[in-house]
Amino acid sequence: MIWNKKIECASREEIKELQLVKLQKTIKNVFDNVPYYSKKYTEYEIYPEDIETLKDIEKLPFTTKDDLRESYPFGMFAVDRKKIIEVHSSSGTTGKPVVSGYTSKDIENWGEVIARGLTMMGADDEDIIQNTHGYGLFTGGFGVHYGSHKIGATIIPISTGQSRRQIEIMKDFGTSIMIFTPSYGMYLAELAEEENVDFNNLNLKAIGFGAEIWTDEMRKSIEKRFKAPAYNIYGLTELMGPGVAVECKIQEGLHLQEDFFYPEIIDSESGNTLNEGTEGELVLTNLEREGMPLIRFRTKDITTISYAECECGRNTARIERITGRSDDMIKVKGVAVFPSQIEKALLKIDNIEPHYQIIVTRPHLMDEIEVKVEASQNLFSDDVKEMINIKQKIEDYIFNEIGLRVKVSLVSPKSIPRSEGKAVRVIDKRNLH
Amino acid sequence: MKINQLSIFLENQKGRLWEALNTIATGKINIRALSLADTSEFGILRIVVNDPEKGKKLLEEKQFIVKITPIVGVELSDTPGGLSSVLKILTDNNINLEYLYAFTHEKTEKAILLLQAKDLDLLIKILKKHEIAIVPPEEVYNL
Repeated sequence: MIWNKKIECASREEIKELQLVKLQKTIKNVFDNVPYYSKKYTEYEIYPEDIETLKDIEKLPFTTKDDLRESYPFGMFAVDRKKIIEVHSSSGTTGKPVVSGYTSKDIENWGEVIARGLTMMGADDEDIIQNTHGYGLFTGGFGVHYGSHKIGATIIPISTGQSRRQIEIMKDFGTSIMIFTPSYGMYLAELAEEENVDFNNLNLKAIGFGAEIWTDEMRKSIEKRFKAPAYNIYGLTELMGPGVAVECKIQEGLHLQEDFFYPEIIDSESGNTLNEGTEGELVLTNLEREGMPLIRFRTKDITTISYAECECGRNTARIERITGRSDDMIKVKGVAVFPSQIEKALLKIDNIEPHYQIIVTRPHLMDEIEVKVEASQNLFSDDVKEMINIKQKIEDYIFNEIGLRVKVSLVSPKSIPRSEGKAVRVIDKRNLH
Repeated sequence: MKINQLSIFLENQKGRLWEALNTIATGKINIRALSLADTSEFGILRIVVNDPEKGKKLLEEKQFIVKITPIVGVELSDTPGGLSSVLKILTDNNINLEYLYAFTHEKTEKAILLLQAKDLDLLIKILKKHEIAIVPPEEVYNL
């Protein structure tokens, strides 16, 4: 089923026309109502009337996370604070967090966007959705919640944690759709296996996962363990939250809701716009937001975009799986390394659990990477030579993926902290800042 | 014929060996013999205890990775040359040992040698052929 056929199946021409009208309106709105934008555009000598085509968006400067931090907390709002009925905030790992504000219409639209995504995964009013995303300032919990209400499904707002209870509820309530972050999903699967839960006897029909970088191997592992197809949900607090793009049943890219967000792919270094199919940083513009419209926001997420028709019947643009974040990237010995590459290597080896931690140090002027990997019963051998071989094999697989030699340390099972939100994969001890 | 040894994976971290041995001790399990193989990265603790199954269970409850590995025990007279005579036989018969360790039996004053080889059955066959006394597992567990 398609939730909003009129929009999702509109022709490319219709989508572009609609986007241009909305873009012009949005630029005028921020110029008139957000001091940050009027000041900046005046500086650049660009005015709303200069936006005559979609391509003209490229004349506008980018908005970065730092810009939002400087406007902390409410400086980016385009409406009187009285009209803002809800705020969310992203985890501030560096510096001040970022605040996102929503009017009542914005919340309504957020529900619409998620409703489209849930429908893509095959959800409808028959379903019972167990939402393990945290309810709070994190957008994951409430975003999925509003969308679930919109399609009329039954939502279990369990939030993250109480992991044994999660499994009990999955069985007792007959959960048909699970929503989780990949790392929390893997943790739940481990726990369920410990408790001898037979996934064949559960009612699960789909999984929606998001909020973390993932790999195809990880998806396959989740699907195998939960015995249900898993679909990626992409989003970010600044623009709205989860639902910006979601995978359909074809699982070949995530459909971006183009009547709400205008996507561009740019070269992170030069800022130049790249063509369809070229990998680069995703830049998004809110096309329909009252509370806090953002223009050309640099997501730092690395992906490619495709405008080709999808087998599912939708014509909206699709982005590829996010392969890395330009700021999660660690530069080691001058080489760009993404945690996802290391994960990919680990998942290629039998008997290895994708629980790992990357520790970067600089003991004597040179960078060194240590990857801690949990040993398992199946991997352990009484033979020292064999254990050293396994360690070397892991090191070789990682070398093939990233082109650098790392030191692999086998550690005790369950000794790497499990996340109940976003996993902390990299510990950089180099003090480069 | 084969003794069930416990092989325990030890992460190279302060206190791990103590934790493993303490788990065994608090479970009232007696260690008959012990050997530690270590590399710069990790260690393998090998122990023969009076109750291998229980020992494994207790260690696994504490998140240790444990394997039960069969090995062979032979009896030596506790006199000079006892060990080398056995090793000579094994060398002559092309048996490569993976590892060995030994302990002395207080009551009988005999030494017991614990052996591991890739082909354990072949090892047993050779030992028997040369009339070397193989120690029954029960005897080791119940020392």
